[in-house]
Amino acid sequence: MTTARTVATIAALTLREAVRRRVVLAVAVLTVVLLILSGWGFSRVAAESGGTLTSGEARLTASIMLNLVMFGFSLIAALGTAFLAGPTLSGETESGIALAVLARPIRRSAVLLGKWLGLIGFGSGFVVLAGLAQCIVVRQTVDYWPPQPAVALAFLVGQTIVLLTLALLLSTAVSPMASGVVAVGLFGATWIAGVVGAIGGSLGNAAVARVGTISRMLLPTDGLWRGAMRAFQDPTALIEMGGTDAEAFPFLSAAPLTATYLLWAALWVMMIWALAAASFLRKDL
Amino acid sequence: MAGNPTAVGSDAARRAAAELVAGMPPAPAVWCSGLRKRYGRQQAVENVSLEVGRGEVVGLLGPNGAGKTSVIKMLLGLVHPDAGEVMLLGRPATDPATRAKVGYLPELFRYQPWLSASEVLALHVRLSGMTVPVQERRDCLALVGLADRAGDRVGGFSKGMQQRLGLAVALVARPELVVLDEPTSALDPLGRVDVRDIVLSLKSRDVAVLLNSHLIGEVERVCDRVVILDRGRVAASGTLAELLGQREVRLQLTDLSPAALGRLAATGEVERSADWFTVALSAEDDGRAVPDLVRDLVALGARVHAVEPARISLEERLLGILRAGSGTDR
Repeated sequence: MTTARTVATIAALTLREAVRRRVVLAVAVLTVVLLILSGWGFSRVAAESGGTLTSGEARLTASIMLNLVMFGFSLIAALGTAFLAGPTLSGETESGIALAVLARPIRRSAVLLGKWLGLIGFGSGFVVLAGLAQCIVVRQTVDYWPPQPAVALAFLVGQTIVLLTLALLLSTAVSPMASGVVAVGLFGATWIAGVVGAIGGSLGNAAVARVGTISRMLLPTDGLWRGAMRAFQDPTALIEMGGTDAEAFPFLSAAPLTATYLLWAALWVMMIWALAAASFLRKDL
Repeated sequence: MAGNPTAVGSDAARRAAAELVAGMPPAPAVWCSGLRKRYGRQQAVENVSLEVGRGEVVGLLGPNGAGKTSVIKMLLGLVHPDAGEVMLLGRPATDPATRAKVGYLPELFRYQPWLSASEVLALHVRLSGMTVPVQERRDCLALVGLADRAGDRVGGFSKGMQQRLGLAVALVARPELVVLDEPTSALDPLGRVDVRDIVLSLKSRDVAVLLNSHLIGEVERVCDRVVILDRGRVAASGTLAELLGQREVRLQLTDLSPAALGRLAATGEVERSADWFTVALSAEDDGRAVPDLVRDLVALGARVHAVEPARISLEERLLGILRAGSGTDR
């Protein structure tokens, strides 16, 4: 069995599991509900503000609301993949499913890579489809189109990959439930640290601002999320909000992501993956 | 260059080496030496070496916690030994490809509950890198009695059915070695007979089987050799004849003359209980001792009511070995 074939088989199996276990269905229903609600919300904003908002204010409102809804989607993607990634390794080890599979002539690293790719397929498929649908809803209701939708969606996919890689690492070491909870908990904590850091930045408090920077280095989900927000929001929105003071607002992003940060995020994913592989390879089943 | 004499020479040498290797008997299906495994402070496996020849059925016996499942998992690369070496079908087990021709039914048998039985088989065939036609896969499910449940989700299967499916998974990729860890733990008596028939049919097709089972009778019926583990060590091993050694015959006799009694005593040690006589037979007996004895007793005027071959059961022998082990060590 070639490694590539094992990887493809396991990746397809992971996707099939997501479909068969109704994860895809549940996520699709949630997404549709969120799309309908946001469509209604956007159309109410357009109708009730009818003519009272300047075009700049309208774009600001649309940007904030779009980021808000996208945060909802990124949360669904984070929860979905983290809770899929957890059971997929430690759950199968606990139940015994892994025994029969890993006794086949396959490498554990190929199994891990297959699972990872399958989960990425699921997570990124969701983020891209739901995100794109949301952009279209916004365009239809308030006639706003984000400046860099592709970049924004790519960052959201990156955020999902970061979180599911972490969940995969955790699931090689702790129980399925714990790995999902810890991954999602860290995701939330980093987001809050990011908001705290932004408040520090707007107040000119370097020490508080550093909280956000450090947490963004430790777990790049929030950094990528801020990059995605920036690509979704209208460039003039920040000026409209009052320049750098707007930094403190959790659903607008002030600074663009640097190439160095993106490189760090990629390196972070590789390091965590390597740790997960090392831990999984050494595991006694 | 074609005319290069050294190239021709090395070709000939290679051919000779290939012929030599081809003429050698195939390497054993399982060979392991000096396996050790410690979990925390618990020494689970201590210096275990064993061998399963091609087409041989070897039973692994021992009490709970003797290290049987740990040994099996180390053979299959599921648990990393602290020390020791494993070869499967002539190749080092550190290379996963070695397991291409190995089928395994784990003690903890669980399969993807969201797949159907035939999908589980298809997955394992794919992972084994083989191509097995659909009909052959169906036959495999039929062999374990799941022909009419092929399309049903495994999540709805009973424990016994999952164990049957596990057996099919172990057999589906045309293995040359099958490792069965407690294959009948969840099966009804009919299922146990099925498993016994399957093991015997594997043996007839020259497939090696390593069978771990608590059911001594099961092991006694199908195994060529037995390895007994106790507290992580090999307590005894050998063929059933070697392990059980001594055989006996029980006779119900009346009208015994002193000459007939003498004839009995000449055969071996005699134990008497009313008119029942238990005579020990020598281990080298070639099968003639009993008919010769009966013929002579009849000639000496004794009336023979019953002749029953008796043998120390594997269970008695196993208990003896385990008790002796705990007697000396504890």
